[in-house]
Amino acid sequence: MKQLPKFRQLVTVAFLSVFLAACAGNDTKEQEAAAAQAAAEAAAQAEADAAAAKAAKERAEAEAAAELRRLQDDARMAGNVVYFEFDSSALTDNGRAVLDKHVALLKSTGASVRLEGHTDERGTREYNMALGERRANAVRDYMMVKGIPGYRLESISFGEEKPVSYGSSEVSWSQNRRVEIQ
Amino acid sequence: MKSFLWSVLILIVTFSSGVARAELVIEITQGIDNPTVIAVSPFAWEGSGVAPEDVAYIIQNDLYRSGQFAPVARENMLGTPSRDEDIFFRDWRMVNAQYLLIGRLTGDQTLIADFALYDVTKQTLVIQGREESVVGEVRTLSHRIADRVYTALTGIPGAFATKLLYVAVTPIPGEKDYYELTLADADGARPRVLLASREPILAPTWSPDAKEIAYVSFETSRPAIFRQNLQTGAREQLTAFRGLNGSPSWSPDGQRMAMVLSKDGNPDIYVLDMQTYVLERITRNYAIDTEPTWMPDGKSLLFTSDRPGRPQIYRYDFVTGLTDRVTYEGSYNARARVAQDGRNVVLVHQQDGDYKIAVLDLETRRLTALTSTDLDESPSIAPNGSMVLYATKQAGRGILAAVSVDGGARFNLPARDGEVREPAWSPYLPKTP
Repeated sequence: MKQLPKFRQLVTVAFLSVFLAACAGNDTKEQEAAAAQAAAEAAAQAEADAAAAKAAKERAEAEAAAELRRLQDDARMAGNVVYFEFDSSALTDNGRAVLDKHVALLKSTGASVRLEGHTDERGTREYNMALGERRANAVRDYMMVKGIPGYRLESISFGEEKPVSYGSSEVSWSQNRRVEIQ
Repeated sequence: MKSFLWSVLILIVTFSSGVARAELVIEITQGIDNPTVIAVSPFAWEGSGVAPEDVAYIIQNDLYRSGQFAPVARENMLGTPSRDEDIFFRDWRMVNAQYLLIGRLTGDQTLIADFALYDVTKQTLVIQGREESVVGEVRTLSHRIADRVYTALTGIPGAFATKLLYVAVTPIPGEKDYYELTLADADGARPRVLLASREPILAPTWSPDAKEIAYVSFETSRPAIFRQNLQTGAREQLTAFRGLNGSPSWSPDGQRMAMVLSKDGNPDIYVLDMQTYVLERITRNYAIDTEPTWMPDGKSLLFTSDRPGRPQIYRYDFVTGLTDRVTYEGSYNARARVAQDGRNVVLVHQQDGDYKIAVLDLETRRLTALTSTDLDESPSIAPNGSMVLYATKQAGRGILAAVSVDGGARFNLPARDGEVREPAWSPYLPKTP
């Protein structure tokens, strides 16, 4: 075909078209009707399938949203603070339970968080800055083990600089030895 | 937007030298048992107009604060001589004065003070001299005279004409605290805000020539070490590593800065070359290594490490590359600062559950608690080694306090308002007009 002049290509196409149309004209009307019905059925089926798929998708989305809400509620109920013993960065059972809720939520959302480590006022400020970081890192390491990638977790220590309770007794100190998940 | 506004405010404060809200007030709590009685006669003002300051009062308060002197109250003075020929020694013996300081102040834009110190018992001249300053620095002139009197009578160089850096914190209910890095005279006068921020400022420290300071600021939402020139106000952010950026400490030659960084995993000591910005890692340990400070000869660093389980002081030797443990007494010894003699080390020491300031003699290895309060921290030693300034709590409020290295003299420096913490006593200042 490549070497045929343009005019001869057109003539060839025109002839073939007329011949094919003539053949079609010879087929029965029943066949046409059956084809039309089949097409209509297929269309109806496709519509039904689409509706079902849409409903399933909506249901899945609603379920996912409900699941997310449940995870968010769980995390909120658990609180965003874990507490520590004096001069310790070891996670308590309670702390791990709180973190598990946040891990579940983070797996679902893919979000990044800041882990802010804090200490009580006892001891020197710069040593406490290091202790606060050790606490934040203890939380980070736990979350990484549970499957949250490290690049989504930032540890930052404020040492004893940002107490939530200002008193100088164990009641205040125990509230200040903490990591906040932000 | 908020952080942008803050950086604007920070610049404004830096260049306009804001007036500090947290002015310190001195409360003397204890002097030595037999202080030297000295009378400081009011200085005669021989210039025109009103006398710029009460020079004698500033000198008298400096000497009193040292704990080694008991000044004669003005109302007990039987005369107020300002010249040699006006002195009646009998008048001063009657008020039990052992020494008498007299002086005259004159001048216009430049002030000149002539002073003379007498031994009342022997009726002899001890020293006489002259100090000059621009009119705005009459307090500095007064502190310099106090330094010369102190030196003449104790044999120890005076450190009254020095400065203090500290962090003032004003808690604002329902909001973030308000932090002000403040510079003041050694007697707490003339406070000047160098940096204001809603995020923590800590670990202020001096360059050895006293022309610059360094500190840690969280203004970027993470800790970073800054240096700031006191004359020009120029500021430079030195570090922004992931993790801790803390405890800046200038080497005695001013060429390097020790600091703590946790960028390589956990807190270790590093030394930054201030010319090339090359960083050298000093410690490699899974423990917390922090709070580096230089020995005066610049050949070794003291630092805090919890490698034995609880914090203790260690020393890193630059020549041998070896690290050895310095403190063994008690379960908590941290944040050492070394006197210029290289012998006395002041630190935070835990005793009976309380955190106190203690002094460790590196030659005898004897450790002596200097304070009997709790929650004492951030000791800083005067350049003449006589007094230790530190932070403590009084009725739940952060205040500064001072104690002599022999434990004999004490005074408190609470702020008029708010809390104060992290004092850093300057080196001797370069002599300025």
